[in-house]
Amino acid sequence: MAKYLLEIGTEEIPAHFIDKALAQMKEIVEGALSQQRIAFEEVRALGTPRRLALVISGLAEHGEDQSEEVRGPAQKAAYDAEGKPTKALMGFAASQGVSLDNLSVKELNGNAYIYASRLIKGQKTVQVLPEILSGMISALNFPKFMRWGDLDFKFARPIRWLVSLLDDEILPLTVAEVAAGRESRGHRFLSQGVFALASADEYESSLEKQYVIVDQAKRKTQVWQQIQAIAEKNQSTVEPDEELLEEVTYLLEWPTALMGNFKESYLEIPEEVVITPMREHQRYFPVRDQAGKLLNRFVTLRNGGDRRLDLVAEGNEKVLAARLSDARFFWDEDRKQPLEAYLPKLDKVVFQEKLGTVGDKVRRIEGLAAWIAGVLQAEAQVKEDTLRAAHLAKADLVTNMVFEFTELQGVMGRYYALECGERPAVAQAILEHYQPRFAGDQPAASQAGAFVAIADKLDTIAGIFALGIEPTGSQDPYALRRAAMGICQTILAQDLPLNLEDLVIQALSQYTYVLADEAAAAKVLAKIMEFFAARIRNILSDEGHRYDVVDAVMAVPFARIQQVKERAQALSSLRQHTGFQKLLAVFTRANNLAKKGEGGKINPALFAEEAEMALHAQVLATQKAIGGVKEKEGLAGVILSLSNLADPINSFFEAVMVMAEDPAVRANRLGLLQAVVDLTKDVGDLSKLQE
Amino acid sequence: MNFQDMILTLNQFWGQQDCIIAQPYDMEKGAGTMNPATFLRALGPEPWKVAYVEPSRRPADGRYGENPNRVQHYFQYQVILKPSPDNIQELYLESLRQLGIVPEDHDIRFVEDNWENPSLGAGGLGWEVWLDGMEVTQFTYFQQCGGLECRPVSGEITYGIERLCMYIQKKDSIFDINWVGDVTYGDIYHQNEIDYSTYNFEVANVEMLFNLFEMYEKEAMAVLAKGLVQPAYDYVLKCSHTFNLLDARGAISVTERTGFITRVRNMARSCAQGYVNMRGGLGFPLIKDESKRQQALQEFNEKGGQQ
Repeated sequence: MAKYLLEIGTEEIPAHFIDKALAQMKEIVEGALSQQRIAFEEVRALGTPRRLALVISGLAEHGEDQSEEVRGPAQKAAYDAEGKPTKALMGFAASQGVSLDNLSVKELNGNAYIYASRLIKGQKTVQVLPEILSGMISALNFPKFMRWGDLDFKFARPIRWLVSLLDDEILPLTVAEVAAGRESRGHRFLSQGVFALASADEYESSLEKQYVIVDQAKRKTQVWQQIQAIAEKNQSTVEPDEELLEEVTYLLEWPTALMGNFKESYLEIPEEVVITPMREHQRYFPVRDQAGKLLNRFVTLRNGGDRRLDLVAEGNEKVLAARLSDARFFWDEDRKQPLEAYLPKLDKVVFQEKLGTVGDKVRRIEGLAAWIAGVLQAEAQVKEDTLRAAHLAKADLVTNMVFEFTELQGVMGRYYALECGERPAVAQAILEHYQPRFAGDQPAASQAGAFVAIADKLDTIAGIFALGIEPTGSQDPYALRRAAMGICQTILAQDLPLNLEDLVIQALSQYTYVLADEAAAAKVLAKIMEFFAARIRNILSDEGHRYDVVDAVMAVPFARIQQVKERAQALSSLRQHTGFQKLLAVFTRANNLAKKGEGGKINPALFAEEAEMALHAQVLATQKAIGGVKEKEGLAGVILSLSNLADPINSFFEAVMVMAEDPAVRANRLGLLQAVVDLTKDVGDLSKLQE
Repeated sequence: MNFQDMILTLNQFWGQQDCIIAQPYDMEKGAGTMNPATFLRALGPEPWKVAYVEPSRRPADGRYGENPNRVQHYFQYQVILKPSPDNIQELYLESLRQLGIVPEDHDIRFVEDNWENPSLGAGGLGWEVWLDGMEVTQFTYFQQCGGLECRPVSGEITYGIERLCMYIQKKDSIFDINWVGDVTYGDIYHQNEIDYSTYNFEVANVEMLFNLFEMYEKEAMAVLAKGLVQPAYDYVLKCSHTFNLLDARGAISVTERTGFITRVRNMARSCAQGYVNMRGGLGFPLIKDESKRQQALQEFNEKGGQQ
């Protein structure tokens, strides 16, 4: 059993590339080794900004042999009358590379055939591994690739060295004109530079002596512990921030935490404004006191040791001070005029080249938000707040602060609205109209916020679709998927009784200047509804509904998203119910037959058999009762009462010949089955449900 | 170290690396990349190493000399290494040492930053270099220039020399930088900042500038049609600066904006293609290795130029 090490030494790879690259490296190599039947205990992928490494332990010397049986000619054709092998047999043996002694006879479907047993030798690991590795390196998928020097090779950043060691031997490998050896490199500034690795086994420990902690998990733990320690030492706390922690971990090889300060007076500006330059621009962790109050301090990590930490702190403090000074200037400057005064500037900002300016968009948001508030018969005050919030929603985009710190859109809108005396509900709605901002974020909590959020998002979807642009695969430059998800989540969270199609029609009605005619609008409408259907499917799947349940509920029309969700919940909860299972067992047949009929009116006089009269009676009773059941017990109740149809349907099929010769009788029976099917339409297309 | 010594030190260092120490190009431009010693020389197969100071004009960035970090005229120190050598990062770090910045005493990081200039059809991947959290250098591997793929790839190092100098001299304002002796940056440039901010934002004759843009554009295309690449490129630079002035004046509406950028890009693209053809016609004389030169010429002729 051997240990193998591959280290791809690079110039600094972007932090957000590394984790995914490591996962791919592990997956590709594990897959390739398994395919070659080469046993291994573990493949570990380790990485820093300057190296992507694989350590394979318990690696077998060669792949396992595999025997394979290949069927040849029939026994009858294999030997002639004298029992000598025929040409066919000899040809087969030769083609399989086996001698005649190694053939056997086996029966297949009552006929005897000749079989050759062939041994596929496992290949030597040293022979196949280089190919596996260079294949893996070329197959890695990064968000962006680059070329360097005069090479055509593409990678995330230039490859500068390669280490390839099988135990203590170099396993030759060349990638991007770099030949692998045993020379690695340590930390850029702390180590001796280039150093030789004696064996794969000592990789981590040798690197650590050269001031590189190559194991990202270990590095991350150290980073967090150091942050905690330095915060504690200063009687303060740092909130966990997984995203920032991971980024910082992949920005350095040898972490040392340090604390810096800034002028206390900057704490007078809103907290988000202080935190944004720290976190987003400088990757600092904000520091709070034990009660959670923001302090005029920050923790940052240096890629290096503790030499001249004072200089490093001083430099960082200076950078932050300049940014905070800008921020305060913007805060003071922006508040010199009310939010409303910024609106004319929106007519100079492009929303989308062909769709006009943000000013145009604001007017559409106002129209759509007002329509929503009207349809939902919101209270007068909510209506007023909605309109005002829609009017001001985008004004902060042209303030100095948001121009400089775009992440603060909405946040500043809220602050500036409050500063100039807008109602708190209006300010809140301005903030909330961007929600949910990312997967897992909360949708708008207030009514006005929800109305403006839906209007803003839907306006973007409608406009972009009207231009004939649709998200495809990974291409979604306007983040339309997130917008559509956001709309669904907002509607569901507040249980807004909105008809989705009406809503989209309303949004499209403001784009007559893009859409050629009504036919074009109808086409776009269909596309958008399809787009929403796909998002709703995602929501249902995420909630744990089986694909067949999702198929069943999405196969019938719906007006409101809530309906679909209720249907899915009812079906999922009752899918295993015995009565419902019984109904499903006969439903498919009933459904298939019903399709053959025209669904005409049922004529009770034409019923001859008792079973069909019984079924008819049950259908009539269910039709009559179902409205009340739905109201009192919901869709689950409906499903249960539909289940009572199972027995009468069964008896019907046993006793009655549906496809009777008399066309009138036949049509009548098919009509009855159609009535059964119609009864289930409110729940979903039951024929999509699997056993 | 004073500002002037910084420039001399960088010239000395990069000169020792066999870079041509070029002088600034005598025309207004927004960045050192637009100097033909970068924009044109980065194209085609010929090697090229150059370093120079470039005055950069960004009319919209003027703040009447009131902002300690933002000015409409400043300097970039630009290095082009084509093809990018294997030790390009080490060379850069060594240049910092020459400036008295001991990397061991600081926190130096290469943080992802990709550069794109839509009006030049140019872009590349690389980093901004952080010195104790401050961005002091832009480091880019050119992937495209003038809409053409860069083969070989040039490595571009752009030092923000005022920023670096403020750090070295521990100054909080660009105007306090010591240039030489007892003369400050502000002594030389502060009044200029006020005057140019006033001119750029308030005075520049919009009608004249629109006319000039049209005239420059016509001249660029006419000159290029005669195969005179760099004279044509001069007019592209004039167009670009004229556009920047109009933009600072707020004279360009949102709908016109993309149109103007596209016009500049198309001119830059034509110049780029014209340049490669011109160099090919000359036989790529900067490739001194005869067999490589023949190979490059053969590839060039097979493609029929880079049309």
